[in-house]
Amino acid sequence: MLFLVQDGITNGAIYALLGLALVLVFAVTRVILIPQGEFVTYGALTYASLASGQMPGTAKLALAMGIGAFAFDLFVARRALHARPVLKSFLANVVLPAIVLAVTLQIAAQKPPVAVCIALSLVIVAMIGVYLYRIAFQPLAHTSVLVLLIASVGAHLALQGLGLLFFGAEGQRGPAVLSGAFTAGALRFTGQSITVYAITIAFIVGLWLFFGLTLYGKALRATAVNRLGARLAGIRTTLSGQIAFLLASVIGALSGILIVPITTLYYDSGFLIGLKGFVAAIIGGLVSYPLTAGAALVVGIVEAFSSFYASNYKEVIVFMLLIPVLLLRSLAAPAVEEEKD
Amino acid sequence: MSSLLSVTDAHVAYGKVEAVRSVSLDVGANEIITIVGANGAGKTTLLSAIMGILPLKGRVTFAGRDLAGLEIEDRVAMGLGLVPEHRELFVTMNVEDNLELGAFRIEKSRAKASMEQVYTLFPRLKERRKQLAGTLSGGEQQMLAMGRALMGAPKLLMLDEPSLGLAPIIVADIFRIVTELRASGVSVLLVEQNAQAALKIADQAYVMELGEFVLSGKASEIAANERVAASYLGFQHEAASAL
Repeated sequence: MLFLVQDGITNGAIYALLGLALVLVFAVTRVILIPQGEFVTYGALTYASLASGQMPGTAKLALAMGIGAFAFDLFVARRALHARPVLKSFLANVVLPAIVLAVTLQIAAQKPPVAVCIALSLVIVAMIGVYLYRIAFQPLAHTSVLVLLIASVGAHLALQGLGLLFFGAEGQRGPAVLSGAFTAGALRFTGQSITVYAITIAFIVGLWLFFGLTLYGKALRATAVNRLGARLAGIRTTLSGQIAFLLASVIGALSGILIVPITTLYYDSGFLIGLKGFVAAIIGGLVSYPLTAGAALVVGIVEAFSSFYASNYKEVIVFMLLIPVLLLRSLAAPAVEEEKD
Repeated sequence: MSSLLSVTDAHVAYGKVEAVRSVSLDVGANEIITIVGANGAGKTTLLSAIMGILPLKGRVTFAGRDLAGLEIEDRVAMGLGLVPEHRELFVTMNVEDNLELGAFRIEKSRAKASMEQVYTLFPRLKERRKQLAGTLSGGEQQMLAMGRALMGAPKLLMLDEPSLGLAPIIVADIFRIVTELRASGVSVLLVEQNAQAALKIADQAYVMELGEFVLSGKASEIAANERVAASYLGFQHEAASAL
């Protein structure tokens, strides 16, 4: 019994991270981030590829998307081209991914150490996340939630297809971040599960400090609370969107890197993992961070028990959690209003 | 005198309905300009369009620069501030955070000094600095909205109905602060239904009806105008005498 709870908490911690990222992105940009799952697979499989000495295609994708983002910037600024912003955009969108690609090409064949693989995977996926925002969501920032959702589904399908191209249909596993294990009573703790707990807690504390203490963190919260108010204070919605996507992609990639030593991941595994984070986020109403984190642990534990006792129905049981929650929520909030701005 | 804000032949439309038609106005340095008019005359629409919230046809220059194509945030960075009618505060954040974010585009060292200035102007905000903005009274929220805009060190502050729904004593306080702002070098473009109070402190005034300016001139002359007195000043006489 206890080991199922333990297993559930390990998974739940990952879902918590993903759920928090979803809530954050939705609050700031109104985008329901379906490609979150792709950040997970990209992170995991980039890491696994690098660790096994293969060149991950994601590094090339980052450069291609960066060039696309730069083209968007150029197009928007076409009437008033100033050297400084153009140069800044060029450095951030073209030079940076080009350098990362060069480094990846250099060291991929030599099976770099785990820490290097992790760092490189995070950087690559973070760039993909930020460029994705620039290309797919920033131009639509003023449209309705529905339009953003459709773009989100499109981004998910495109990235998943590219994932198949880059990593093939075969599953991969990566090396553990921390090997070794110890036993305490009836429970056995592996180094990997300890890493999962530690990183989840560190990230949650880190996010809490970021939102509570730093000016950029507060600006992000302000954008979520009142978009017009934030703009009148001089806070660019695009900047807030970029930061939100940066955080979401790093969290997604990190989750993937944490899972891939435990389970084999395929190019399309991320979707289901992201969906469970989404279940947690929905239980939190897409607004509450603590509720989302708590719900994620419940999702993880329910999943662990159902895969042990009724493994055929494990996904069904997890997603069924949504029904009573949605019922309760719809009873509590009868008025439905479409956001205007 | 070269003007700080200059609007020439501005039109603002919601779809096919033109809410503002062929409006021109100038705000100079160290001036309080007021636009008075009935509810629905297009005053708020005009301010929103100058700020870049609504699209505007016509020409708007600020500090000698054409504002066409600039986003709201760029206009804020240039020194144009708006305190909107609904205040648009960050209600789940405390007073201090709201003010700090008002200085998002200002260097940290200068932001500290402006925070002190805002607290001197509105001592009430200093008392409430750890309180959530959403739990403040209406008057305090108005002060916070003005304080947040002032944190961005604006050259011109546009105030949309700052007295709306507030007790007369707080209204008097807010109008006193508007005159203090002029003394410290901030120009103010004030949109008000409380014409009596607005005309008392303003230098120049415009009267807006159905999307057009029907009258403009020195505030004292406008206040003395019979037609204006009859339509905008009469019914408020008692409330305004409390000022």
